[in-house]
Amino acid sequence: MVTDDAGQGGTAAGQDNNAGHQGGAGHNMVQLITPAGERVSHPEYDPWVRDVSDEQLCSLYEDLVVIRRIDKEATALQRQGELGLWPPLLGQEASQVGSVRSLRDDDFIFPSYRENGVAYCRGVDLPDILRVWRGAASGGWDPYAVNMAIPQIVIGAQTLHATGYAMGIQNDGADSAAIVYFGDGATSEGDVNEAMVFAASFQVPLVFFCQNNHWAISEPVRLQSHTQLVDRGAGFGIPSMRVDGNDVLAVMAATRVALDRARRGGGPTFIEAVTYRMGPHTTADDPTRYRDPNELEDWAAKDPIGRVHALLDRKGLFTEEFEAGVRTKADAVARELRAGCVGMPDPEPLDVFKHVYSTPNSWLDRQQDHYSRYLASFGDPEGATQEEGAR
Amino acid sequence: MTQMTFARAINSGLRRSLDNDPKVLLMGEDIGTLGGVFRVTDGLQKDFGNHRVVDTPLAESGIVGTAVGLAYRGYRPVVEIQFDGFVYPAFDQIVSQVAKMHYRSRGAVKMPITIRIPFGGGIGSPEHHSESPEAYFAHTAGLRVVTPASPQDAHTMIQQAISCDDPVVFFEPKRRYHDKGEVDESLDPTSAPPMGQARVVTDGSDVTLVAYGPLVKTARDAATAAADEGVSVEVIDLRSLAPVDFATVEASVRKTGRLVITHEAGQSGGLGAEVAASITERCFYHLEAAPVRVTGFDVPYPYSRVEMHHLPDLDRILDGVDRALGRPNSLSGLEG
Ligand SMILES: Cc1ncc(C[n+]2csc(CCOP(=O)(O)OP(=O)(O)O)c2C)c(N)n1
Repeated sequence: MVTDDAGQGGTAAGQDNNAGHQGGAGHNMVQLITPAGERVSHPEYDPWVRDVSDEQLCSLYEDLVVIRRIDKEATALQRQGELGLWPPLLGQEASQVGSVRSLRDDDFIFPSYRENGVAYCRGVDLPDILRVWRGAASGGWDPYAVNMAIPQIVIGAQTLHATGYAMGIQNDGADSAAIVYFGDGATSEGDVNEAMVFAASFQVPLVFFCQNNHWAISEPVRLQSHTQLVDRGAGFGIPSMRVDGNDVLAVMAATRVALDRARRGGGPTFIEAVTYRMGPHTTADDPTRYRDPNELEDWAAKDPIGRVHALLDRKGLFTEEFEAGVRTKADAVARELRAGCVGMPDPEPLDVFKHVYSTPNSWLDRQQDHYSRYLASFGDPEGATQEEGAR
Repeated sequence: MTQMTFARAINSGLRRSLDNDPKVLLMGEDIGTLGGVFRVTDGLQKDFGNHRVVDTPLAESGIVGTAVGLAYRGYRPVVEIQFDGFVYPAFDQIVSQVAKMHYRSRGAVKMPITIRIPFGGGIGSPEHHSESPEAYFAHTAGLRVVTPASPQDAHTMIQQAISCDDPVVFFEPKRRYHDKGEVDESLDPTSAPPMGQARVVTDGSDVTLVAYGPLVKTARDAATAAADEGVSVEVIDLRSLAPVDFATVEASVRKTGRLVITHEAGQSGGLGAEVAASITERCFYHLEAAPVRVTGFDVPYPYSRVEMHHLPDLDRILDGVDRALGRPNSLSGLEG
């Protein structure tokens, strides 16, 4: 089924000057599961998810629920002072699960900071997901262990990295692909536009996966673009799709189409996943200052989890036993996440100097030497051992 | 006089500039409805409309580059870069265009652009949110670089920056945004000390301690602590980082014979190196010890659980003062 744009709306007071409507070519939005949980057919995209069995559908549901639980637990951990900050992905679970579950292990992922659901599905250790947000590291995990780059905070910078990585795949003659995640706001940055130029020119195996969650902190998507975001791709000569980002199957189908194109040498694809950020931008943000509560209500009705639940119900798959199993899993993950966070050892003072260079640097060595003497001058035996350990 | 926070003082200064000159306009990410992530522009869009207080697309090169065009057209844009670490996408426009346009056009084109950047650490933020990039800009000819350290200075200096015909990079010490102080909102910025002039914060006779931005408060606390030990520290708030008011520092060092400079930015190639070298040139025969730098380390700004080790604090500054005085300190027994 093809639906009309369900939600490019979003009005905020005081933004009238920026009211350029997202007119443009008016791409239709691919949807395979309606908000009411009805599986609707789509001749072009159905074949791409025909192999998704009932069992797999149940497992996708479990992912959605577990990720929401991770998000909730992390938000609670932030409120309790265990994390410095957390960027909730509430509402964006289907975009993340549908896309990442379409990848092969040898495909490489370049995330922004909000792809913590992607990280979970990719097998990143739970405490590692929190490490950066706890302020205990700058990068949470080993990218090569999971084929996923460390989180990127500088908006859009990762799109160029992904393009370069895909150039490397191409040079190597491999049939894997790269995927890069970014938000609607990011499409305004020069880097993202330059990435699309490079990707199209060199026809690299890359999927540009834009989660249009409608807001860049306080700025509505229409401030970033006078057309639908999906229309951006065309200008660069990049085939593009607009999918219901709250529909895990539609996202999966679109990502598979894009990956297939990449593997067959067909170059990059741009996917606009139309979704919604239900929570604040980060735990430091107050969306009531800029967002109409009615908008939130409208989107709650399109919840990504609710609709798979309804679909499974229709199929008679949502049994008590299944539900209990999912709950047990989510509980276990939340427990592990919390324990891993609270039990994470604090970094040592002299860790400040680690990993700046791969070989010794005389300027820095002198500063480290001086600082360890300084610490030792407090006569703190702990400081002294830390100093030894760092040598 | 009114008690107000540092952030509020800038807000009030921006309001006065918007009121006084129809050519002044504000641009940046989230500065309108939200009032900025630090609320520095709170309420301004509501009162001045969205052509004067403009929420821009998320594109820093775009923000500064369009400000250049607006300045060409006779406007006085005040742009906000949301955090220090996000100025780099605009770096090219700032150093290649904003800084050089007056020179390139042989004075025909003025670039009265104010670039507001919350900077520095100490607020427990993730990476890219706590940097001290001032030396890059101070090294760029054509730019004025300033940083206020008190609410009153914030209030007057933002107005002076906006009315200055040269581009001004205006660094706001973000960890001081909530600090309160007395502000005289009616003070005429043209009769106040110019933004290029350093300020003696506390008088002293034994050591000159130079600081700016977020560390002025720390330096003042260090001077108080030193006084308890019988050491008299003269604290100077640099206020302007380009050009530096060396005359004020020089006068102090001629009196004290000793110089300590502190900043959060890494040491090598930082402002401290410039002050130490220039003062050594000017006061070599008045110095009784080599100038001492107490700075951040030459490392990327560290994650929040160890940032307190990177940031100069009261004890590290006092240790630097001891070094300048030749008293027992962390380097005692070591050469140089
Ligand atoms: C270059 C840069 N500029 C500004 C910021 C501050 N900032 C962090 S997130 C954000 C909004 C991003 O919106 P969007 O790209 O839509 O992604 P979302 O947060 O909605 O996932 C901004 C402005 C930044 N991180 N990097």
